[in-house]
Amino acid sequence: MIEIALRHRFGRNGFALDADFTAPEAGVTALFGPSGCGKSTVLAAVAGLLRPQEGRVVVGGDVLLDTARRVFVAPERRRCGVVFQDARLFPHLSVETNLRYGLRRAPRDAAGPTFEEVVDLLGIGHLLARRPAGLSGGERQRVALGRALLARPRLLLMDEPLAALDAARRAEVLPFLARLRDAARLPILYVTHALDEVDALADHLILLESGRVTAAGPVEEIAARTDVPLLAGRRDAGVLISCTVLSVAEGLAALSFEGGVLVTTARPGPPGTRLRVRLRARDVAVAVEEPRGLSTQNILPVTLTSIAEGSEPGEVFLRLAAGPTTLLARVTRDSVARLSLHPGMPLWALVKAVTLDHRVTGAVAGDNSSPTTAVPTARTRETQPWPG
Amino acid sequence: MIGLTTEEWTAVRLSLEVASRSVLVSLAPAVAIAWLLARGRFPGRTLLDALVHLPLVVPPVVVGWGLLMLFGIRGPIGAPLYEWFGVRLVFTTEGAALATAVMSFPLIVRTVRLGLESVDPGLEEAARTLGARPLDRFVTVTLPLMSPGILAGAVTAFAAGLGEFGAVITFASNIPGETQTLPLAIYTATQTPGGEATAARLAFVSFSLAVVGLLLAELIARRMGRLLGRTAG
Repeated sequence: MIEIALRHRFGRNGFALDADFTAPEAGVTALFGPSGCGKSTVLAAVAGLLRPQEGRVVVGGDVLLDTARRVFVAPERRRCGVVFQDARLFPHLSVETNLRYGLRRAPRDAAGPTFEEVVDLLGIGHLLARRPAGLSGGERQRVALGRALLARPRLLLMDEPLAALDAARRAEVLPFLARLRDAARLPILYVTHALDEVDALADHLILLESGRVTAAGPVEEIAARTDVPLLAGRRDAGVLISCTVLSVAEGLAALSFEGGVLVTTARPGPPGTRLRVRLRARDVAVAVEEPRGLSTQNILPVTLTSIAEGSEPGEVFLRLAAGPTTLLARVTRDSVARLSLHPGMPLWALVKAVTLDHRVTGAVAGDNSSPTTAVPTARTRETQPWPG
Repeated sequence: MIGLTTEEWTAVRLSLEVASRSVLVSLAPAVAIAWLLARGRFPGRTLLDALVHLPLVVPPVVVGWGLLMLFGIRGPIGAPLYEWFGVRLVFTTEGAALATAVMSFPLIVRTVRLGLESVDPGLEEAARTLGARPLDRFVTVTLPLMSPGILAGAVTAFAAGLGEFGAVITFASNIPGETQTLPLAIYTATQTPGGEATAARLAFVSFSLAVVGLLLAELIARRMGRLLGRTAG
């Protein structure tokens, strides 16, 4: 368990951070929030680069910071690898020397991947002799990932590692992040303000708004909540669903989830691949009787469990149960009255597959015309775990 | 073209020696002081800054006089140096180098500090998170990245040191073969009947050395820039 509790005020009346959360020892915990919410400050405090006025940071039983007991472990002894937004490669050293910088300073008994494994994982073998100035933004970020990982950290901290990159470079680096997550058996704290990175990488989600934690928990659980304005107010508000590819034929893939099957034109990988899709609430409609003669492929029998306030005055969220899985639909109050929708009512959910947007991830090479949010979840692909 | 006499060559050689020794002496303290001024947070930082810059505004003769008071064989530093180690600085080449070093110290500190301030503290933070302790960080990241500033400082101080006059003549006197550097030799020549030709030849050498120094500084700056990856390729 990673315990983080921080209180810090910048200046007399400046920004105040008051965040308190725990993160699991495994997987990716995303710190998500708008810019200026304090998420990078949290990361700096965990790394030790910022000394908060009050706080406690415990990673795997080791106390890195405890202001009450006057404990402050220096950043160089914390073994928290950091990937900065701007890569921060040493310009006077070659890529190889950059990569080995942390490795040479890591404790001898620290377990972790070898130099060759990391170079292979990140596809940077052809860059080793180059200087950082000669690399593209995406290549630089891959080298920075490798350098942090080779320092054999107990925790990886990533501070918006993709934010400085354009769309094409992000698409280039994101699969490597997914690979690293699957291969490195390390907890990762991932700061971002991009929801698609959360969908693609996170297992656990911490929402931060103006210095405070507004929600925390498994990412799929949080995504299904309608009482979190930061998420519910977005155009892409909706649930995340873990799926397994059942079959792929004639350009259509069937994805099974607990509660039904979804059909998509995306190419999510061979049968058996596990992935995560986002079903946006605005792309889900409901019908009170089984619809016929529709072009919509995905029609699921569901039960209406509750009606929640929407983010717009005239709208509500319908919480629908498809087996154990929750779906969200965004409909107007008018429709609720017209169809006299009430909890417990059996309904048909129409998922307009064509309006789901696709995101490029580790397993799926990009094709922007194909429609499903196909995102491999953690521990999906076969990877060779490293010892330790 | 310039056919220098043996005495004149001696002055040239001595100037080069005094200037190089002054740079060697002042380089390490200059780097330390520049680091303190740029990164240090301690009371008295402004005072230290002013103290370092003093030789820029105080007349060189006064600096020479101050050194004479401190390092003379009865001075508070000069006396123990002489009694315990047998080191005498007044009227010696070493003394000329010391006077030159003190005079060029503000120049070298300023240039080194500029070089240090151009180093992104984010890189030092990155080194920290990778497990580098303070000295390790300084040697492997800060020092190489500020080296263009250090080199520029050294070259500038060397060039300025070739021409130091007031402090040297006051503290180390004007002894041919010991402390009579180029400017002192030129001055002596102008005071001697029939010395015009000597003065002209030495002035020409002085001028040439300055130009070569400037060109060298520029060349080094370019090479270093490329080595540090400031320019791509």
